[in-house]
Amino acid sequence: MSEAVPQKQFKYITKRRRVIEDRRFITGRGNFAADYNFPGMLHVAMVTSPYACAEIKNIDASAALALPGVRYVLTGAELFEHINPLLSGLDLPNVKRIPLAHERARYAGEWVAAVVAESRHIAEDAVEMVEVDYDPLDYVIDPEEAMKPEAPMVHPQHGSNILCDKTWVWGDVDGDFESAPHSLAFRAKWSRNSTVPIETFVVTAKWDEGKEMLDVWASIQMPKYPEQIARALSLPVNAVNVHFDVDVGGSYGLKRGIRQTVIVSYLTRKLRVPVRFNEDRLENMSGGEMHGPDRIFDMEVAYDGDGIMHSIRIKATDDAGCYPGRAPLQLGKPVSAIVGPYRIKSASYNAISVTTNKTSQEAVRGFGQAPTNFAIETMVDKVARSLGMDRDEVRRRNLIRADEFPYRIPSGSEYDSGDYHTVLEKLQETAAWQELIAKRDALRAEGKLAGLGLSTCLEPSGGNSSFEPFLNPKNDTTTWMESCLIKVDMLGSITALMGTSTSGQGHETLLCAVIGEVLERDPDTIRGTHSESIGALPSNSPVGSRMAIMLGGAAASAAEKIKTQLMEIAAHNFQLPVDRLIYDGGDISVEGDSDKVMTWTQLVDIAHRNYHKMPLGSEPGLQAQHTWEVPTGGALPAEDGTVQMYPCYAFEAHIPLITIDRETGQVEILDYHMGHDCGTVLNPDIVRGMTFGGIAHGIGAALYEKFEYDEGGQHLSGSFMDYLLPSSHEIPHVEMIKHYTPSPLTTFGQKGSGESGYLGAPAAIASAVNDALAPLDLELTTLPMRVRDIEGLLNGQND
Amino acid sequence: MSEHKITLTVNGREMSGYAESRVTLVDFLRDELGLTGTHIGCEHGVCGACSIVLDGKPVRSCLMYAVMAEGHEITTVEGLEGPQGELSPLQDAFWENHAMQCGYCTPGMLIATHTLLVENPDPDEEEIREAIGGNLCRCTGYQQIVEAVQMTAKKLREAT
Repeated sequence: MSEAVPQKQFKYITKRRRVIEDRRFITGRGNFAADYNFPGMLHVAMVTSPYACAEIKNIDASAALALPGVRYVLTGAELFEHINPLLSGLDLPNVKRIPLAHERARYAGEWVAAVVAESRHIAEDAVEMVEVDYDPLDYVIDPEEAMKPEAPMVHPQHGSNILCDKTWVWGDVDGDFESAPHSLAFRAKWSRNSTVPIETFVVTAKWDEGKEMLDVWASIQMPKYPEQIARALSLPVNAVNVHFDVDVGGSYGLKRGIRQTVIVSYLTRKLRVPVRFNEDRLENMSGGEMHGPDRIFDMEVAYDGDGIMHSIRIKATDDAGCYPGRAPLQLGKPVSAIVGPYRIKSASYNAISVTTNKTSQEAVRGFGQAPTNFAIETMVDKVARSLGMDRDEVRRRNLIRADEFPYRIPSGSEYDSGDYHTVLEKLQETAAWQELIAKRDALRAEGKLAGLGLSTCLEPSGGNSSFEPFLNPKNDTTTWMESCLIKVDMLGSITALMGTSTSGQGHETLLCAVIGEVLERDPDTIRGTHSESIGALPSNSPVGSRMAIMLGGAAASAAEKIKTQLMEIAAHNFQLPVDRLIYDGGDISVEGDSDKVMTWTQLVDIAHRNYHKMPLGSEPGLQAQHTWEVPTGGALPAEDGTVQMYPCYAFEAHIPLITIDRETGQVEILDYHMGHDCGTVLNPDIVRGMTFGGIAHGIGAALYEKFEYDEGGQHLSGSFMDYLLPSSHEIPHVEMIKHYTPSPLTTFGQKGSGESGYLGAPAAIASAVNDALAPLDLELTTLPMRVRDIEGLLNGQND
Repeated sequence: MSEHKITLTVNGREMSGYAESRVTLVDFLRDELGLTGTHIGCEHGVCGACSIVLDGKPVRSCLMYAVMAEGHEITTVEGLEGPQGELSPLQDAFWENHAMQCGYCTPGMLIATHTLLVENPDPDEEEIREAIGGNLCRCTGYQQIVEAVQMTAKKLREAT
């Protein structure tokens, strides 16, 4: 059993500390994108396509332009002429992605023209007056229909609706299936949903003709955002300045608004005034391209009579919607943990990305891992059920043991550390598993449908981009760095800069605690802040559950460099070697002679003002930077298709107890316990919050949330009346049990937690629902398991 | 479209501004009075991010026109601090419990729970969950918000 974090080892990290960012949010002083106003600013509203697919024959904006206050109407044709198409994650040269529909609208709700006016009200009035002449075309909504040769093509130039169809075989899968005494196959579905932030996407762009500089304020969470803007507009990156100090009102992976940004950036350059686009809820949900994975899993598992799983075959068919940006890459990331936390010796994976006439899929928390975990866990439950074994026992028999780390899975990723059995044991003990079973059985005895769920899942963290070369051989990216710049000013205060925005993860707090820890200075005296992109060091934004590891690592290394500089200054002034000196809280004393001390203030003063007291030839001032590459990063996939994906692996186990109302099909969660191990926890409140929030997202995905399309290709879930989000009534109190197995790869032993909860909750809820349905010999393997789905099943009406 | 002069009391101060009759109260507060603490999430009354206190009751400022607020008394998140800018016990408890992440729903949550505690200084968990039942949060899973309100209620009880 691994030890808990030796808490005494750290002074500031691992301790409860107030989150610095919260101070401005509780007083209404956040700086969200919609809070930035500029004189003369114009507003955008979108003309949207009413058809799932249609040729755009003509756009007549004359009536709209005649309305007082309307300043411009931008079409896809104009954009197509003046910008470069947006990048695709896959190698798809014939699939052009233009921010406004060009020649053809490919989904209902797609933005066809952008009206620019002096107020959003006027822009909305004018949207109604833009006459678009459409010629409706055949369309396809179902991904499996889309794969048929006779299906209407979403991008005829591409020649097929299949964007990617690749298979990898790791180990002797066929042999293992042949030799195993049992196998089973099933289909599971994860429906189109997403993490839907309460703030929509908002962006303001302002072209400064004098400086020839584009300033951007956006609610963005996007790797290489300034570079993407620059590429689209044929500007040098040093002419694009993104203000990363904008507070982002939730993102969870989603806010990749490059289309929106290119539209307003083009407009501000053309019209020479600031331009804002603030999506309304309908623009956001139907056309904002913020839907998540939409996936069908065909699963096979080979196992023996003891419940030991030997091999798996996974086929994942994912509906990318109509314009594949980074979405198809969400099929690649789960290869990171393709066998889950289990000792499965061989695996095959067939990843298929399909385009349909739906809004484009975007990145969502976990980048495809939550759906995959749901499919794997459903499989484990089925193995248990087929053998009449307990679900926890089957897991215990298959979980990787603590003494087996680092553990290399068949697809090539090496799991860094873990103690899965102990976490599960602690969780079951705290949750009183046997009592929960008794409670469930008592409920059943009362005639109720009651179920106990279980899931044991991994959260790959420290995000890199190894899925890019994995799915697109033309992309040889292996670098996915994060940076920190620390300045100690002349009066001794410390400022730390990051080159990315934050959407609730508390990165300022992270910087201050980590730097305070290394330099032994009170974090409350340190300022962690977001640089503008023009002054920022390279960043890849807070994706892939990476910032505790990557920003934390970069900040710690930069702080060590500051410490080294201080030691060298002291050594020079004491005329002693560095190893005779003791650093204590920023002051440096001579070993064995505690009267000989140089204080922080004195040392900083020398660095800034007394070059005559500096070591010969040293750099004046006191600043340091560090850019950190992802641990284990830096390699392309091997020829045998194996690849080291993310470096660190957090573990989580969930136990919910639920009942189902026999009449209505409504699920009620009576009890929820969760065990979590993400290594050293830098800030317990932040990890706790991330995890509870992730569980809430998971419950939404499991029971409520779905972007629905009808047979006519119309999107039916464009508002919060139609897309059901869980409230405080649906999300239960969660008891979390912590365990701390440090990662050997990171500065303090930390792993990521940005996706925690979400990666195991959907699987656990599905497990509970199926446990409740088991006495009736019924089963559901499609998420969400909505009231109507369960009620339909109970009444025998489900398809 | 013609504009109307609107005079109302906001956070204890009489304020005036102009708005077309179709302008919602939340747009008026944000754009005309510069009070950007109140946020817009859905503009159809579901998410609660735009919650304010109107004559003592929590309401959604996206579902009211600005002209309807003429002569009324409003409290926004900016009005929760004390006269010297000190945090209210509720704000302090939100901070202490990290009852937020991105902070976008937070003003609405504070308004909803502030009015709860005015009416019911000793709410149980169910009553707290009921009070925030119309305010959506996507970050926290609500638990740390519930804990913050419980802490505030306890502190207020101990203080009296």
